[in-house]
Amino acid sequence: MPVIRQELKGENLDFLTLLRYIASGTAYTFGVTVIALPSGLLIGTLLAFLYVYGGKGIGKVMNVYSTVMRGIPPLVLLFLLYFVVSKGINLSGFWAGSISLGIVSSAYQMEIIRGALLSVGNDQLMAARAVGLSRRQAVINIVLPQALRLAIPPWSNEAAIIIKDSSLVYALGVPEILRRAQLIGASTHQPLLAYLSAALIYFVLVTVTNRLLNLLEKKLTVPSNH
Amino acid sequence: MPEPILRIRKLTKKYGDNVIFHDLDLDVNEGDTIVIIGPSGTGKSTLLRCINLLTRSDSGQIWFGDKEITAKGTNEDRVRQQIGMVFQNFLLFNHLSALENVKLGLIKVKHLSKAAAEAKAMEELERVGLADWAGHYPGQLSGGQQQRVAIARALAMDPRIMLFDEPTSALDPELIGEVLEVMRSLALDGMTMMVVTHEMGFAREVADRIVFMEKGSIVEEGSPIEMFNRPKFERTREFLWKITELYGAKDHDET
Repeated sequence: MPVIRQELKGENLDFLTLLRYIASGTAYTFGVTVIALPSGLLIGTLLAFLYVYGGKGIGKVMNVYSTVMRGIPPLVLLFLLYFVVSKGINLSGFWAGSISLGIVSSAYQMEIIRGALLSVGNDQLMAARAVGLSRRQAVINIVLPQALRLAIPPWSNEAAIIIKDSSLVYALGVPEILRRAQLIGASTHQPLLAYLSAALIYFVLVTVTNRLLNLLEKKLTVPSNH
Repeated sequence: MPEPILRIRKLTKKYGDNVIFHDLDLDVNEGDTIVIIGPSGTGKSTLLRCINLLTRSDSGQIWFGDKEITAKGTNEDRVRQQIGMVFQNFLLFNHLSALENVKLGLIKVKHLSKAAAEAKAMEELERVGLADWAGHYPGQLSGGQQQRVAIARALAMDPRIMLFDEPTSALDPELIGEVLEVMRSLALDGMTMMVVTHEMGFAREVADRIVFMEKGSIVEEGSPIEMFNRPKFERTREFLWKITELYGAKDHDET
């Protein structure tokens, strides 16, 4: 729990000091994001493969997983994990938050990758099989590289959502950006300045991330005249 | 007497109650070019797909060399490695350059070294006249060029037989000639080929045998001279006449 030092109290705190205090929560925001987003991608991709190539039965199970995970508010899952499950395994707020966001995100990312796999289509798979590649080789070498390219724009969206949703862990007391804004806003009686600062930091994080992913998308675009 | 490389016996394919073809018998001799013609929806494409096991036939047998490839436990990947397939809509791997398209199977399936695969792939691209286009992606190539890369990709695997499923049907008329030219020189080199096409000029000139299929059966087969000049069935004459009128007996590259 962050301690508000004496000099950070009072009404006439200068803006830069306030901003710096809130921005130091970025480490947690960043931490939650780099745990939740890649683990969601890994699980989501795996589940998408099972969904698309695993046959009808497995597809149904995946569909249920997707529906359930996308149907409950992330905060509820967060509380479930922190207040119920973590009783047994002693999970910190940071980890409970990161893991539950990762789980929720895996359902969304599964849908992203599934859509991408389906848009690559069966013809590419068939052409690869005709050359003599096994199903596994065909999927890994032909379908996946094309699907991941198609997945970048929707994935960029998901990355933005996770960066912003990482603020939910404030409810578990993790001193990330929003939590710090709340604390300092209350102690200095400058909530407007505090929350606007938080908003600014999130905005910069999301914008920079989307820009980087745009660059990646451009770099990976297959040359074409059409 | 040349040995048949492919023997098809009583082959049947159904989708539910819909019979695509039934009890087909067909032999393909080593080095022959067989042209399969017939109205659309007759099962010509499905037949090709059954031969390289992309589609499962329901009953009957296919013998490839001395192996029954419709038998249970057949290693499908092994079979396909020896059968080249060229599709109507090219189906190049969109994210790979022409060279990489041809190289991929050599590396992943034939396990050649990168250098050896590259040399072999360049050789095949040269064979179809596209060595200068090796670094281009499918999206940068014309339809005719894409189809020639697809042919090079299939040839690189050193197949014992090549299957062509309407290889020029998706092409603009002015691009058909370059693809047929490649196929013609392949046939002259002694490649065994099965070609589904409406190009009657090609059939007349290159085919050793023309097979006329309709409604899931082989109506008639014979040499081009037999089929064009003295077909046994009125239906064959009618179809050939119609298709020749539509597509022309002349080749598109003759100017």
